[in-house]
Amino acid sequence: MCGIVGLFLKDKSLEPRLGELLSDMLITMTDRGPDSAGIAIYGSVDGKTAKITIQSATPEGDFAGLVDDLAQAGIDAEVCLKSTHAVIAIDMGQLAAIRPVLAEIRPNVRIMGSGESVEIFKEVGLPKDVVQRFGVRAMGGTHGIGHTRMATESAVTTLGAHPFSTGADQCLVHNGSLSNHNNLRRELIREGMRFETQNDSEVAAAYLTAQMAKGKDLGQALTGALDDLDGFFTFVVGTKTGFGVVRDPIACKPAVMAETDQYVAFGSEYRALVNLPGIETARVWEPEPATVYFWDHDKAA
Amino acid sequence: MPVFDLSQTPLRELNSALHNLGASSNDTLFEVVNPRGHHAVAVGIDGPVTVEVKGSVGYYCAGMNDGGTVTVDGSAGPGVAENMMSGTVVIEGDASQYAGATGRGGLLVIRGNAASRCGISMKGIDIVVHGSIGHMSAFMGQSGHLIVCGDAGEALGDSIYEAKLFVRGSVKSLGADCIEKEMRPEHLEKLAELLGKAGVTQAKPEEFKRYGSARKLYNFNIDNADAY
Repeated sequence: MCGIVGLFLKDKSLEPRLGELLSDMLITMTDRGPDSAGIAIYGSVDGKTAKITIQSATPEGDFAGLVDDLAQAGIDAEVCLKSTHAVIAIDMGQLAAIRPVLAEIRPNVRIMGSGESVEIFKEVGLPKDVVQRFGVRAMGGTHGIGHTRMATESAVTTLGAHPFSTGADQCLVHNGSLSNHNNLRRELIREGMRFETQNDSEVAAAYLTAQMAKGKDLGQALTGALDDLDGFFTFVVGTKTGFGVVRDPIACKPAVMAETDQYVAFGSEYRALVNLPGIETARVWEPEPATVYFWDHDKAA
Repeated sequence: MPVFDLSQTPLRELNSALHNLGASSNDTLFEVVNPRGHHAVAVGIDGPVTVEVKGSVGYYCAGMNDGGTVTVDGSAGPGVAENMMSGTVVIEGDASQYAGATGRGGLLVIRGNAASRCGISMKGIDIVVHGSIGHMSAFMGQSGHLIVCGDAGEALGDSIYEAKLFVRGSVKSLGADCIEKEMRPEHLEKLAELLGKAGVTQAKPEEFKRYGSARKLYNFNIDNADAY
């Protein structure tokens, strides 16, 4: 089944509560998928700092002395430890340089996501445990997405958890299963994309990244997905300033959206939305099949 | 009147109370508050009780209803009134996918819109939607009536058997073997009856078109292979 949630805030006064609201939404969706859970939070941007979220199966060893080892490699970094994850803050100009350095000095860490604003936390286990171990409730931000997984297409591992991030500040959560992901993966590899898992959803994320790298905006990339991806899907995606939703033409995976002056919210079920402020008077609707919905802070401003 | 507050009381207590009513019970009116999208609210009713749900429900509300009257003062998730046998279910708001699926009897009224697959495999239920319905509605519909005061999405009545479909607005496309049919006096009469029962006052039977089966796919015929 899988459960998806997403929250895109329009009202700045709600931003300090993003983590709390999104955590409650995700925990409500626990019984749609108990295998793993993950959440992506888009925080504030200062135009100078980039963030990279890493994960390790042995955080005691991998995260010890990380700041010093990065400094030796010429990268000034601040590291914030959160359980099995660490968020490394660096100068934006060093975002490209840090990946090969990390692969060299910490070969066992995995990169969950990177960019100016996104932080991604995901692990095997229930949403309530995942949000607790990473302190998600206390996090503020402008928008975020979350996922609780019932594994169907690939293994139950941390890397197989959603959200999948294949480009800077981009991430995707998926409910469904794709039928042409192997072929598409081969084509994307030819175009230069790299994959870390055998998961079908990672292919969807990489597809969107590749499309946006060609100059499409999120809405155009999602429109292309309707032609190029085969199978069942409800996708909720985030970019630095944007939030998008699309369902396949059959649209049998559930989806409910709500919009008020304060936010746009997505849930696999209405239950996920019932604690949001003003939900009683929100416009609540079911997204149409094969129809792209997206919102962008930059475009709204 | 028993009142069940689902923010305090487990759902199972509500459904048990509804299932355990004896023939001589005087409790015929139930109120459910704070449903907050709960699944399986008022499922399996098999007597003439009235249940008023104050808020929106999740999956499978009023499923298998046999003789009860369930009103949802909100919207309903997927599969509302699935496999209803008899009785009445009224949704004041919108309904999600496959409302009234496989229903064998009774009346389902949706005052808002219904999403995809409304009345899929319907087997005798009557469904009246005040608004519009989504794609693949009445797929493999076998009998009963689906009345839509608004528009219908793609592939209406795909592979339909003998369910009768009436749509007042536009139909995006008809599914395999579904065709527009002549509206005869008995159909107008039935429409008037069901519109009346469903509280539709703005639409007149003459404004609807009737759709049903061309009966080409009843038996496998190799010449029709492309249509399956």
